[in-house]
Amino acid sequence: MTGDPARERRKIRCVSRMKEIMTRYYIEAKTAADNGRKVAWITSGGPVEPLIAMDVIPVYPENHGAMIGAAKMGRDLCEKAEAMGYSSDLCAYARADIGAAPIDGGPIGGLPRPDMLVCCNNICGTVLKWYEIQARAFDVPLFVLDTPVCHTGCSDAARRYVAGQIREYIGFLEAVCGRPMDYERMAAVGRLSIEGQRLWQAVLDTAIHRPAPLSAFDAFFHLALIVTLRGTQTAVDYYRELLAEMRQRIAEGIGAVAEERYRLLWDNLPIWYRTRWLSERFAAHGACLVADTYTSAWCSSLPYLDENDFIASMAEGYTRIYLNLGIDQMAEAVIGMIDKYAVDGLVMHSNRSCKPYSLGQHDIQRIVAERRGLPTLMIEADMVDPRAFSESQVETRIDAFMEMIKARGPRGEGA
Amino acid sequence: MISAGIDVGSISTKAALVQDGRLVHSVVIATGYNARRAADNVFEAVVSGAGLRAPDVARIVATGYGRNSVVFADRTVTEITCHAAGAYFTDPAVRCVIDIGGQDSKAIALDEDGRVRDFVMNDKCAAGTGRFLEVMARALEVDLEAFGEMAREADRPAKISSLCTVFAESEVISLIAQGEVRANIIAGIHDSIAARVAAMARRIGVTPPVMMTGGVARNSGVVEALARQIGDSIVVTEFAQINGALGAALLAAG
Repeated sequence: MTGDPARERRKIRCVSRMKEIMTRYYIEAKTAADNGRKVAWITSGGPVEPLIAMDVIPVYPENHGAMIGAAKMGRDLCEKAEAMGYSSDLCAYARADIGAAPIDGGPIGGLPRPDMLVCCNNICGTVLKWYEIQARAFDVPLFVLDTPVCHTGCSDAARRYVAGQIREYIGFLEAVCGRPMDYERMAAVGRLSIEGQRLWQAVLDTAIHRPAPLSAFDAFFHLALIVTLRGTQTAVDYYRELLAEMRQRIAEGIGAVAEERYRLLWDNLPIWYRTRWLSERFAAHGACLVADTYTSAWCSSLPYLDENDFIASMAEGYTRIYLNLGIDQMAEAVIGMIDKYAVDGLVMHSNRSCKPYSLGQHDIQRIVAERRGLPTLMIEADMVDPRAFSESQVETRIDAFMEMIKARGPRGEGA
Repeated sequence: MISAGIDVGSISTKAALVQDGRLVHSVVIATGYNARRAADNVFEAVVSGAGLRAPDVARIVATGYGRNSVVFADRTVTEITCHAAGAYFTDPAVRCVIDIGGQDSKAIALDEDGRVRDFVMNDKCAAGTGRFLEVMARALEVDLEAFGEMAREADRPAKISSLCTVFAESEVISLIAQGEVRANIIAGIHDSIAARVAAMARRIGVTPPVMMTGGVARNSGVVEALARQIGDSIVVTEFAQINGALGAALLAAG
């Protein structure tokens, strides 16, 4: 099969390298017990660095949920969880994980059995009950890290409260692993974590360029390592390679979309089972989703992290992540991205699964309209459960939104 | 030049012919299960009804849910843009269009030039759509056409609290069982649909004058309930149901 040469040229070469790394990571995780290593299941926003420093393999049920969604296995596993008695209103990551765990379901034959669970509620409240359920099911210890919501800022009391828990967290790991924390190693992991996050931010920032060398749909894919292997040399090396490729694409004028005319900002998690369809639908209108609020969440607390004292700065860094902010601060972040990436409009995925992400979207939409005069497209769907997605409805909304954007003309060309 | 607009909706299919900036003829038929055949039939009917032949029509734009089924159209445009164009043509003063169709309801904000400034559509739910009214008409054994007239006789509109069409139908059935008069139930149904659509429209800001389009605009009960909800009068023209097709024909003329 000979592809269209321009299309071939647009393909990101690092994709195959990423697939290799992820395959090796999951093989290592699934054979951990044979190699005398421990596995911890951890929430996507959880502090992973102490695990890496203790040589524990972190495994992310949410990353697994994304894989289940992308493999279009979400419906079946959600229905299995519903048959177990869980409500269809529950987060589809939670349902997919709960449905997959007892039968080793999903695209990789289930996750490796955990030796411990680490749950941080900086992303949502659902993870508390979800992790309690799995801790009971696997009969393993659970550590809960409670991060108060930063409605207007991060108070001193909140910082001390979380810092105290970080110390308890390390004590928990020492008890489960039966050996003390090596603080020198921990400091090195902290530096690698910050370096990885800086590189990830630099990769995302290449989309400031017109045409953007990568789209949010690409970022959804390349995100995997900053989530799962944050704090490792592997992640740092990979993002350095990816950044070099993006800079090369800029030099050669290669855009993510064939003819980028309109630039849009995506809000909320991807619709994992429809990323390609959505990407093509927007590209057909000459529109590129150049940035998103989701993938940047794994580097948004960089200003609060200190590479010379990572452990001490973790409390604030992990408390101030996007989903743990008040709506006014979220709107500020969205407006910051609108300006930085010079977008013509906002696309919001009202995600049935993710309540903390979807609550407040109408307010953010209003604030964006008032402050920047930009229109918003609201897509009602779900990140993993395709029963909440209606193709013809979404298609009409995208087409109508793009007709409106075209009638207004791109912002970059002045109007 | 003669241009045509074909609007294939979930319940009915509409066609309009425009010549030199004038509406020449329009036809409405039921869509049925075969959208492609409905498009063929409506086009044939509108052309022959105007005393023309198909080759006389220079350009065709298709819109509505079945727009991609209109294989003979030159291009497709969404119903948002078409309704805006149709409303602006009928009354250039209009700044907000509320369209209640078979499976969709939408509010469109227009700028002074009739372009879409913003729009919002109902979520994945039949409440606040024409289908909701159809289900209720069946439960009440009343011809939907008579709904507007009957609602006028209401002295105390019933409260329909459920947002879900299926549960609202059960609510209506239990109101019937309790002996509530039909006029009050119908008025309650109109209030329910109007409250939902008005709440949606407020998200983009309702600037008068407001025009209502779509088949449901022929139901004076809904129009009056909606006017009460938004606190302003609502413009309804005789072209309400064919407004999308009219807009499509105008856009086809370029």
